[in-house]
Amino acid sequence: MAINKQKEQTLTAKRYQKLEKEWEPKRPVLKNCIRAFFVGGFICLIGQVIQTFLMTYFNFTEQTVGNPTVAILIFITMLLTGFGVYDRFAQFAGAGTAVPVTGFGNAVISAAIEHRSEGLVLGTGNNMFKLAGSVITFGVFAAFVIALIKTILIQWGGL
Amino acid sequence: MLVGKRTWIFEKKPVILSSATVVGPFEGKGKLADDFDQIYDDLWLQQDSYEKAERELLEQSCQLSIKKAGLNKDSIQFFLCGDLTNQIISSNFVARTLEIPYFGLFGACSTSMEGLALSAFVINGQGADYVLTGACSHNAVAEKQFRYPTEYGGQKPPTAQWTVTGAGTAVIADGNKEKGPVVASATIGRVVDMGLSDPFNMGGAMAPAAIDTIKTHLKERNVPATYYDLIVTGDLGKIGHGIVLHTLQTEGIQVTNETYKDCGLMIYREGQPVLSGGSGAACSAVVTYGHLLNEMKKGMLKRILIVATGALFSPITYQQKETIPCIAHAVAIEADDDTGGR
Repeated sequence: MAINKQKEQTLTAKRYQKLEKEWEPKRPVLKNCIRAFFVGGFICLIGQVIQTFLMTYFNFTEQTVGNPTVAILIFITMLLTGFGVYDRFAQFAGAGTAVPVTGFGNAVISAAIEHRSEGLVLGTGNNMFKLAGSVITFGVFAAFVIALIKTILIQWGGL
Repeated sequence: MLVGKRTWIFEKKPVILSSATVVGPFEGKGKLADDFDQIYDDLWLQQDSYEKAERELLEQSCQLSIKKAGLNKDSIQFFLCGDLTNQIISSNFVARTLEIPYFGLFGACSTSMEGLALSAFVINGQGADYVLTGACSHNAVAEKQFRYPTEYGGQKPPTAQWTVTGAGTAVIADGNKEKGPVVASATIGRVVDMGLSDPFNMGGAMAPAAIDTIKTHLKERNVPATYYDLIVTGDLGKIGHGIVLHTLQTEGIQVTNETYKDCGLMIYREGQPVLSGGSGAACSAVVTYGHLLNEMKKGMLKRILIVATGALFSPITYQQKETIPCIAHAVAIEADDDTGGR
């Protein structure tokens, strides 16, 4: 009896899930991709302008210009996040604002602002990497694995 | 009096003596702005955290409804309230300020009608002369707890909804002593889970609970859907509203786009970026205690059925890939000259 009832429920549930799918508006994937492509590309263009500017007017080379460029982009992100406009761009741009380094910056900064009300240590310090933490964890781990492979190949593969 | 399995008919006719609504800036730009008592133009309400702001909304609304009832807080016996924040702290803290004996309720976004049904039951059973009930939510508090930081740039899908910032409260009183719209009956919801697990699509998850409660209410009270001038659900948004309307019509229940509405679709204007519609505990509370009661006062509506819907999940359960259990409580409010003897 109990099993029968459960079976019946899953059938109703399945039927409902099918009905519900029909009512659900689809995510506009193509539109999102196009927007992400152009907004993401535009952020990269800004990065390139900053890079060229730094290399022309300051003493940076192609090898050393990366860090200050990223720092400037994150600084701009910080201002936009703080003024509450970054999330509005993001709703429009999707991956376009999430994938570049500005997205990473926004994840850290928004969490830091959000939890400021719980204090500097328990709030901001504790929660700053709430969203970005997994990027760091898996980024470091992936780098470690790659370094391991490289070391093994050089040591034993004689590359 | 209990009829059927889970419908109460309040034969002593408890009335809504007064009600008050307080909302945030975004709701103040919505369609129902004229129906709200107080509109704040600052999401922080001059507090230093969003949690305090939510508390402030509820407190203002409580004070206002007590004042509108012409009472002071000492003459109110019980306070039944809830919100969406962990451990319903907004309600707890307001109860601390008000010092009215207190029941904390959690029914997610169905809390408004859970509170109204229980308050009417208490009054009907002569357990009190006056009961204060209500619910509140704050957009940024809900985002922080259930989703991402407010300023985080994550793209939301078109099925997502916008949590209403506001609070709606009402004072319920004995119908023999006071006048007002009558709380005629209530149907208590059961938890329905149709296996949906997307927290960005709550309307779709909650619709079956609403359908279940509406059908049960009509059956147990033995009235056709046309008995009500208007049936409203709490916060189903575009998707849930569509599904409920479609399902009820397919099953031969006479509802139309005019006689069945959703609070989440009534509160905001076209063009406000709310995706699928409004949501949150305050959604049904401010629309009912603000707009709908005003319409009743004007005589535009005689009998309404409010079905507040709630998604009973937590951030932990959806991270653990659990589905979303949902509930809906229905309360019928009828103009005082028209209880129809049912």
